[in-house]
Amino acid sequence: MKIAVLIKQVPDTEEGRHLTSDGRADRDASDRVIDEITERALEAALKQKDADKSVEITVVTMGPAAANEALRKALSMGADKAVHVQDDALAGSDALATARALAQALSGLQADLIVAGNESTDGRGGVVPAMIAELLNLPFLGPLGTLEVSGGIVRGSRADASGTTALRASTPAVISVAEAMGEARFPKFKGILAAKRKPVAVQGAAELGLGAADHAAGNLVLASAARPARTAGVKIIDEGQAAQELAAYLAAEKLI
Amino acid sequence: MALAERVLDPADLINFDALLTSEELALRDSVRGFVNENIKPNIARWYEDAVFPLEIVPEMAKLGLLGMHLDGYGCAGRSAVEYGLAGAELEAGDSGLRTFVSVQGSLAMSAIYKHGSEEQKQEWLPQMAAGEAIGCFGLTEPTAGSDPSSMKTFARRDGDDWVLNGSKRWIGLANVAKVAVIWAQTDEGIRGFVVPTSTPGYKATPIEPKLSMRASIQCEIELVDVRLPGSAVLPEVKGLKGPFSCLNEARYGIIWGSMGAARDAFEVALKYSQERLQFDKPLAGYQLTQQKLVDMALEINKGFLLALHIGRQKDAGTLDLHQISVGKLNNCREAIEICREARTILGGNGITLDYSPLRHANNLESVRTYEGTDEVHTLILGNKLTGVPAFR
Repeated sequence: MKIAVLIKQVPDTEEGRHLTSDGRADRDASDRVIDEITERALEAALKQKDADKSVEITVVTMGPAAANEALRKALSMGADKAVHVQDDALAGSDALATARALAQALSGLQADLIVAGNESTDGRGGVVPAMIAELLNLPFLGPLGTLEVSGGIVRGSRADASGTTALRASTPAVISVAEAMGEARFPKFKGILAAKRKPVAVQGAAELGLGAADHAAGNLVLASAARPARTAGVKIIDEGQAAQELAAYLAAEKLI
Repeated sequence: MALAERVLDPADLINFDALLTSEELALRDSVRGFVNENIKPNIARWYEDAVFPLEIVPEMAKLGLLGMHLDGYGCAGRSAVEYGLAGAELEAGDSGLRTFVSVQGSLAMSAIYKHGSEEQKQEWLPQMAAGEAIGCFGLTEPTAGSDPSSMKTFARRDGDDWVLNGSKRWIGLANVAKVAVIWAQTDEGIRGFVVPTSTPGYKATPIEPKLSMRASIQCEIELVDVRLPGSAVLPEVKGLKGPFSCLNEARYGIIWGSMGAARDAFEVALKYSQERLQFDKPLAGYQLTQQKLVDMALEINKGFLLALHIGRQKDAGTLDLHQISVGKLNNCREAIEICREARTILGGNGITLDYSPLRHANNLESVRTYEGTDEVHTLILGNKLTGVPAFR
């Protein structure tokens, strides 16, 4: 079985997030890390490989040259090879343009299963995996908290507010994983060494057959505003009347 | 991962990381992640309850930490520098956890690796690398510490067998170990023995209570007519150079580990000083605090440079043994000072288990004592400088 896992490099959420003047994430303002949810997506694929050594995992990312570091980490965790979609023409791609480029790269891999995180910690759009499924004309299941693949069938469960839904599709299919899928493993020392020798294929827009119309962003960020600073709240000191004051406050705020 | 995955160390004033390869950085990040997720959230509880978390052993093995600088037999085969980097990260968690990795890899496994028969290696090293068997290393005795040549434990030849009698003290993990490397006097000088701890006559009792290394176990071992087959002796070495060759490995790890503890104490103190307000400004804004922080950071930077220099020479095969004493003496001495200074920045809160510096400082009392005390390393260097051995 061949599994493709979508990896994204994002600004570290441990630090403050900043936008550039044209509304893009400022990648230089903080450390770049592999997005944790995509690590979990890789973990889901690696579990399949743990059970069946013949599973081949290709990690795929789209991003600037530095995104290579995220791929190397994924390879050190146990992926077999990597594809890096990298082209200055693709900078500033929105979700749809990103999905088009990734779908092109994925279409060459003949993967039985394409695994992605349900939403990135930077953009948080959560739409790219479903867009890729649509572009490749494949079933989409997500976000999944469990995953089982056998006999050409992929199964998983999706949790929502009222319960869980069991989903099933035949492969090939695209899935996205939720945080519940479980924590990713640490790269083992042998894996770190082996990662150096694993192949990383770099593909540009032209090689993927993408024209200007494909990677033109369909939407544009015109302005962004920082969240207003937090202001001090109302302090109620209990001298026997706190309950009444609290109730009055909640009523005044139309919260009750 | 390399550069981008890393949050720069606040203590690093010299771009130390530029001296490391991307593989070395990746390995360090992997261990750092492991420590942040598996050790730091639990260490206060382990320390207070005085437990060594046995459940963490297979996790460490999975990463490749056990016997990581040995080659083959299921070991990771990494360099001395990489072993050191891992040791520093582990000790940023707790000295007790780094000590376990050190006892397992540098002492017990390396004794078998360097001096054992092929059968001994095949039997023990793979299961020790996998964390299925814990090893311990019995050299020190109740009355033989810095002078191990005065050891009283004796192995008597009885036909093909060996019969061991005596006692050992301050032996890490001896009560949970599956195998013990025991050094004993024989009629032909000091020899090493591979002793399965299930052998009748072997008894290990933890030494309690302790004010240092609480998340680790040190034991007293009693050996009463422990009968071993002829094949139990380590065939390749006679005399004190056997245990000393292992101690040098462990001492090397301490050069790095002690600085890991110091770095963690520094980071905790720095963060606290930036958040704690007194007289309406953060402690970090006071000149007295800045002096402390700068002094600490300078020694951390120098300590890591020294560790790396010694590690690079070890990897190149050009290391002189007295240099290990330079590193062990200096870095332990500075690390304990840094941790104590960090505690002063934390004020009263610094004496609780909520903050690491005093725990590290207490641990380092053991670290500066084992594998050669400050005094022993001073005399080794005194001998080197003057040509006169002062300990004989």
